[in-house]
Amino acid sequence: MSMSTAIPQPTIPHPVERENYLNKEYGVWSWLLTTDHKRIALLYLLSITFFFFIGGFFALLIRLELLTPAGDLVQADTYNKLFTMHGMVMVFFFLIPSIPAVLGNFLVPLMIGAKDLAFPRINLLSWYLYIIGGVMMLHCMLTGGVDTGWTFYAPFSTSFTNTKIVEAGLAIFVAGFSSILTGLNFVVTIHRMRAPGMTWSRLPLFIWAHYATSIIQLLGTPVIAVTIVLVAAERALHLGIFDPKLGGDPLLFQHLFWFYSHPAVYIMILPAMGVVTEIIACFSRKRIFGYSFVAFSSIAIAVFGFLVWAHHMFVAGISIYSALVFSFLSYAVALPSAIKVFNWTATLYKGSIHYDAPMLYAFGFLGLFTIGGLTGLFLSALGINVHVTDTYFVVAHFHYIMVGGAVMGYLGGMHFWWPKISGRLYPEGWARLAALIVFIGFNLTFFPQFLLGYMGMPRRYYDYSHMPEFQVLNVLSTAGATVLGVGYLLPMIYFLWSMRYGKPASDNPWNAAGLEWKTASPPPTFNFDEEPVVTWEAYNYEQLDAPHKEEVPVAR
Amino acid sequence: MLNNFPLWPEQASTMAAHVDALYIFLLIVTGMMSLLVFACLIFFAARFRHRPGVPAEQIEGSTALEITWSAIPFLIFMVIFAWGAIVFFKERTPPADATEVYVVAKQWMWKVEHAEGQREINELHVPVGRDVKLIMTSQDVIHSFYIPAFRIKQDVLPGRYTVEWFRATKPGVYHLFCAEYCGTQHSGMVGDIVVQEPAQYEAWINGGSTGPLSATGEKIFAELGCVTCHRSDTQGRGPNLQGVFGMPVQLEDGRTVTADENYVRECILDPGAKRVKGFQPIMPTFQGLVSEEQVNALVAYIKSLSAAKPGNAGEKNKTSASSTAPAQPNGSQVQ
Repeated sequence: MSMSTAIPQPTIPHPVERENYLNKEYGVWSWLLTTDHKRIALLYLLSITFFFFIGGFFALLIRLELLTPAGDLVQADTYNKLFTMHGMVMVFFFLIPSIPAVLGNFLVPLMIGAKDLAFPRINLLSWYLYIIGGVMMLHCMLTGGVDTGWTFYAPFSTSFTNTKIVEAGLAIFVAGFSSILTGLNFVVTIHRMRAPGMTWSRLPLFIWAHYATSIIQLLGTPVIAVTIVLVAAERALHLGIFDPKLGGDPLLFQHLFWFYSHPAVYIMILPAMGVVTEIIACFSRKRIFGYSFVAFSSIAIAVFGFLVWAHHMFVAGISIYSALVFSFLSYAVALPSAIKVFNWTATLYKGSIHYDAPMLYAFGFLGLFTIGGLTGLFLSALGINVHVTDTYFVVAHFHYIMVGGAVMGYLGGMHFWWPKISGRLYPEGWARLAALIVFIGFNLTFFPQFLLGYMGMPRRYYDYSHMPEFQVLNVLSTAGATVLGVGYLLPMIYFLWSMRYGKPASDNPWNAAGLEWKTASPPPTFNFDEEPVVTWEAYNYEQLDAPHKEEVPVAR
Repeated sequence: MLNNFPLWPEQASTMAAHVDALYIFLLIVTGMMSLLVFACLIFFAARFRHRPGVPAEQIEGSTALEITWSAIPFLIFMVIFAWGAIVFFKERTPPADATEVYVVAKQWMWKVEHAEGQREINELHVPVGRDVKLIMTSQDVIHSFYIPAFRIKQDVLPGRYTVEWFRATKPGVYHLFCAEYCGTQHSGMVGDIVVQEPAQYEAWINGGSTGPLSATGEKIFAELGCVTCHRSDTQGRGPNLQGVFGMPVQLEDGRTVTADENYVRECILDPGAKRVKGFQPIMPTFQGLVSEEQVNALVAYIKSLSAAKPGNAGEKNKTSASSTAPAQPNGSQVQ
């Protein structure tokens, strides 16, 4: 009743499309100079997809090299560059911008009932910074690349390798500012631009998750920027900062690096948690169990996430007492994640659960994130960490979180909001199949790596002919990676297909709660024809389902 | 017990059993936790699937439940934390009378020097049942000395010593890996840990040695002229080094430090950094003049000047190798 303003007029089927953000203007400049958060989100979508397939290609070559124990596919130096560039591209140019810069950019203003982000031009600037950083990274890769691992450990990076450290560092430095500006924009937008009635306790949990993420982006990213400058200074000017031969301390580098790079993991996973929360609520037709616990656990993760960095350094030469403190704090940060998993599970209880593709991705996320999180308990246990750190156990663990968790969330979100973004429905059958393939392929790729890690296979090994007993599990992993690759290609194909051939989407094909569903699909440039006034709680599925209990209109 | 299970690394040190016990405990606990979560997920997903006419029942939440499922996992986490810390303290506390072996890492090889003077590359011979302490440094970048069968790993840093220890429990040849990425041939920086029966080991350690490491150190000490200031009969221009190792040292700036391996090393390479109280800053730096191996020999020599101190265990073991094993306080932990 009160929301009649937001509900679009039931128009008679019309051959002419409504004006929306996609068809308002055409031409290259209308995209390259746009300040519309939705168009910028699409610019990001294109660019991160490009980098995802570059990073994925590197991963494929890594897996092919490891198919046999001998180093026979590429040279050792090439292999070292492959895993380095795989890490750098995936972390800095895909995972960190993935959900925030695409789905966050698109949805934050829509979900809070705003016309745009607080600083639309800064939003465009942040995409240009990302592109400048990306072009620098591409140039760096094409003219030689880097072989330090994405971790840049000194003094190898500062005094020994002769690859393009400074250029790669600079690329990440520039892309980092893109991340900072996105975070800044979100924080200000969420504080200042909420529609009347959209109180903090009525915010979708997606917004809470992005708020927590933005805080990390704002406070953490400058530290990696400083660290990169110090690496460049030591390399170029021979200032003694990290290299003991010049009077520096190599552990200082690790402290600075992980002070950003551990919270960076939460930049990747928190938004995915936000996405999954929205999906679970919608497809079980329920409010989220324990809203405030889920909301504050995001903030708790952001805060505790800054206090656990040295758990990457238990065998690096830190004192046993600091190891003790960081081990304890790592268990503290595990708790809010556990609380989230329990609340999502409880949300299903007495729900009315639908198994559409986004929900399948959400289930996949729950399974993989749970395994990833629980193996984190192994790594935080000091006695076990000594044995498994720097082995494939760690590789498996963080892929379960960052790929099993973050990428599953990202794909789930892309499916869930695709009708809103494109105005078209994707083919549901293919999407369910892809979700299944990704889940199976992922487990086949990374589960064997837990076993490999406990058996003692170190990471970043190009050649394992000294220990051929590791081959069977490596073959399994490579086979899984092939399946996973197919699973990732499928959505790209059918999303593109649906843009032309997909059925037109209604404004709210899932009958979902949330302001973004109360405007047109695709939305008009300024999102809402009239400013919405919010008088209801988030996830008011009871009201949504009440008028038509017999048939819940879920699109097929 | 687990030695013949495929997909499980061999257990060949006292530490391996401790780490595996905690690992198995964690497998059980996390297995039960994930089973619980997955069982709920699957049960709810099946039981509460959408049926026309049956609406979802809205539930706001439950503070009691939230507290329960925060407190119980937290308690479990604390058990894991404490257990992990106990194992870690064992791993990080070398027994006082362990045999000392010096390790120098470089791109891309491991150089090993025994106190008896034997040198090896990418190999380390040790006897069964004796505590061995590795005193490690790197000539270039960070490496990591990892023996999966012993469940131990320690990064090896340039510019300082790091330490790890083990007691092998089973003769055999085990993998040695570099676990910290160190450049082109990182995956070629592998070797063998050869664990031998004490008698075999004695034969090996006494064959073709150039004399004890501390004797090499004494020679270098004389050649470099250290002996002119650090006199052993009287107090010279530098501190008398007799009996200094392992003792507290008063510094000029008021601090007190323990004269351990890292301190002796720093005094050789950067004498001004921690100058002993009452002495003039006249000692030149030997940075770049002595190799890592020579520094190790000097450290071994200075340790040998404190004969009753732990540093000498290596030579003591040489004569009574097998007799030291039963005397270990934790000897009962072997298998």
